[in-house]
Amino acid sequence: MFKILKKRDVSPSVKLIEVEAPLVANSAKSGQFVVLRLKEGGERIPLTIADKNKAAGTLTIVFQVVGKTTQELATYKEGDFIKDLLGPLGKATDFGSAKNIVCVAGGVGIAEIYPEVKELHEDKKKVTTIIGARNKSLLFFEDELKTVSSAFYVTTDDGSYGRKGFVSEVLKELLEKDKSIDLVVAVGPVIMMKVVSDLTKNYGVRTIVSLNPIMLDATGMCGACRVTVGGKTLFGCVDGPSFDGHQVDFGELMKRLNQFKDEEKNSAEIYKLKCPECR
Amino acid sequence: MPINPKKTDMPKQAPEARVKNFTEVALGYDEADALKEAARCLQCKKPLCVDGCPVNINIPAFIKLVGEKKYDEAAKKIKETNSLPAVCGRVCPQEEQCELKCIVGKKNEPVGIGRLERFVADAEMKAGNIEKNVVKLPEKKIAKVAIAGAGPAGLTCAGDLARLGYEVTIYESLHATGGVLRYGIPQFRLPKEILDIEVDYLRKLGVNIIVNVLVGKTIPIPELFKQGFAAVFIGAGAGLPSFLGVPGENFAGVYSANEYLTRINLMQAYKFPETDTPVRIGNRVAVVGAGNVAMDAARCSLRLGAKEVYIVYRRSEEEMPARKEEIENAVEEGVKLHLLTAPVEVLGDEKTGRVKGMKVIKCKLGEPDASGRRRPVIIPGSEYVMDLDTVVSAIGQSPNPLIPQSMPELKIGKWGNIVTNEETGETSVAGVYAGGDIATGAATVIAAMGAGKKAAASMDKYIKNKLGIS
Repeated sequence: MFKILKKRDVSPSVKLIEVEAPLVANSAKSGQFVVLRLKEGGERIPLTIADKNKAAGTLTIVFQVVGKTTQELATYKEGDFIKDLLGPLGKATDFGSAKNIVCVAGGVGIAEIYPEVKELHEDKKKVTTIIGARNKSLLFFEDELKTVSSAFYVTTDDGSYGRKGFVSEVLKELLEKDKSIDLVVAVGPVIMMKVVSDLTKNYGVRTIVSLNPIMLDATGMCGACRVTVGGKTLFGCVDGPSFDGHQVDFGELMKRLNQFKDEEKNSAEIYKLKCPECR
Repeated sequence: MPINPKKTDMPKQAPEARVKNFTEVALGYDEADALKEAARCLQCKKPLCVDGCPVNINIPAFIKLVGEKKYDEAAKKIKETNSLPAVCGRVCPQEEQCELKCIVGKKNEPVGIGRLERFVADAEMKAGNIEKNVVKLPEKKIAKVAIAGAGPAGLTCAGDLARLGYEVTIYESLHATGGVLRYGIPQFRLPKEILDIEVDYLRKLGVNIIVNVLVGKTIPIPELFKQGFAAVFIGAGAGLPSFLGVPGENFAGVYSANEYLTRINLMQAYKFPETDTPVRIGNRVAVVGAGNVAMDAARCSLRLGAKEVYIVYRRSEEEMPARKEEIENAVEEGVKLHLLTAPVEVLGDEKTGRVKGMKVIKCKLGEPDASGRRRPVIIPGSEYVMDLDTVVSAIGQSPNPLIPQSMPELKIGKWGNIVTNEETGETSVAGVYAGGDIATGAATVIAAMGAGKKAAASMDKYIKNKLGIS
């Protein structure tokens, strides 16, 4: 059992929890994730570790309310327990010898990129951060990211905050201006990571994306999370979740992510009917 | 009285009934069946059956006790060397092990040793005597040992070490114990309630089981030694599944058998949406492969409402690696065998990314290959298309890569397996032992149990030697 010590809403659809998990906090590195299962009969879902506190033995997890399990987790309060939590899983992100890095994040990826920006900052790298969302109410972590970034940009699709437009537009301008950028890290919706990867390919800048395929055991056993990278079948939980964005077959990934769309929708709707807090 | 040439039949659920439920197919002997079968044992002075048992059960002794109606004593006799008799009685391939060596089997059918083992274990459970029969172990423990993985190898190793006087902790990465016994073998072959009781028996022996810990990730192995564990056994089991190696294998609706069975067994997708994990089956399912795992996947598909279920296998019936009785069960239930047939391409809908069929090609058998089995040779021009909603790849897997990745000094073989001394389970790192699929690649439950047993004996020796205990 894993106790929720803190919980807050970072946006209407994005929640943050701090969970007591000392063993995981002790070993976690940036880019890694956990799998959790709320209760008996529950599904196992992977969530990225947004931050950790070794001394306190806690993990910060930020999640977007999308399906049944995240709806249900959103109803959990401080002091409640998550039944099962396993981690840290996946490989830590390998930034190589990059010195001038642009980190691009959208949606819940804003939380997921935070530990990476922080690590690069602590390693004295030049790190520029671009975050984006559909509108202002979906943005969060601005202050946290600003303090660990050398330069910081915000975009919203509707122009309600920051610059109107997409993260990729800011990225394009930076790539045009600054030829010393040697790495781009993109975390967020699949389509955003694809657009970023297509763009950086033109500039020949190495790009790491953090993929979120469907997972089941997440311990290298079931193969549900397979992705095609450079024409080869690799596994999100063992080889990833970070991959070379120029090599990833995003089209296949999107189709595989939709595999259980009807079932997921059905499950979420049934839950909504039963759960007064979710309506 | 002449010996009955035939084994006493195992009562079973009728095929047309069982194909609609997940309850156990084989119903087990009643007392009369068991006594009848026990009477077939010759009580050999030099019993060959025991040599055929990877966990060295004193088979004639327990069968003698059955004949004397001393069922509790029989259970204790088995548990001297095997902590999981109800599991083994159900899933061991006895026909290749103890029963293969049985003297009665030279002229007649061998004694139904597995069926009797199951009877004894079930009788002890039904009588509620497990707790009462637990052996008393000394309070003072010799040392602490850690085990990675609560599957067949780890559980067996734990049981033996506990009986030898160690304080044993098992770390399991999944949220439940049993490993392949839970996520792989379906309810209708091994009810999870039975597994729970046998795992609980280990707890009664003092074994501490902690779930949600992945050794190598959550706790690195060197950290375990720092925490005072004197030795570590790795029974991490199966790893990444092999896929077909043909175009289209990543279409939605192509599952590895591990994923398919894990959804159904561990995550209980057959109860969706009452449970949260779905599995999509459709009407027509092809399972590629012909081992026990393939049979399990095929039989689950029928129970989940598939109308047509096919086994696609490139060799002939004779080479099928599954147990004969599992093949018979599957065929009785309506699984159709497409033998001498190999997949060429999985066909899918480019727009939705979902499977819609599989192009296959007919084969004939040629000369024996390196495995000694006759090599399948494709017959040019014999391709045809099977219309399908689901394809399950049940052609094996490589050992789990995570622990080897986390410990570079651990010597790895060319298949990604941890290299061990087969007799002792020793790895290239002192104090670290391994056994089961992680060391040998995919094999049987009982082979893993045998490896756990051998490792326990050598860990005992290693620790006592180190501590200067003779």
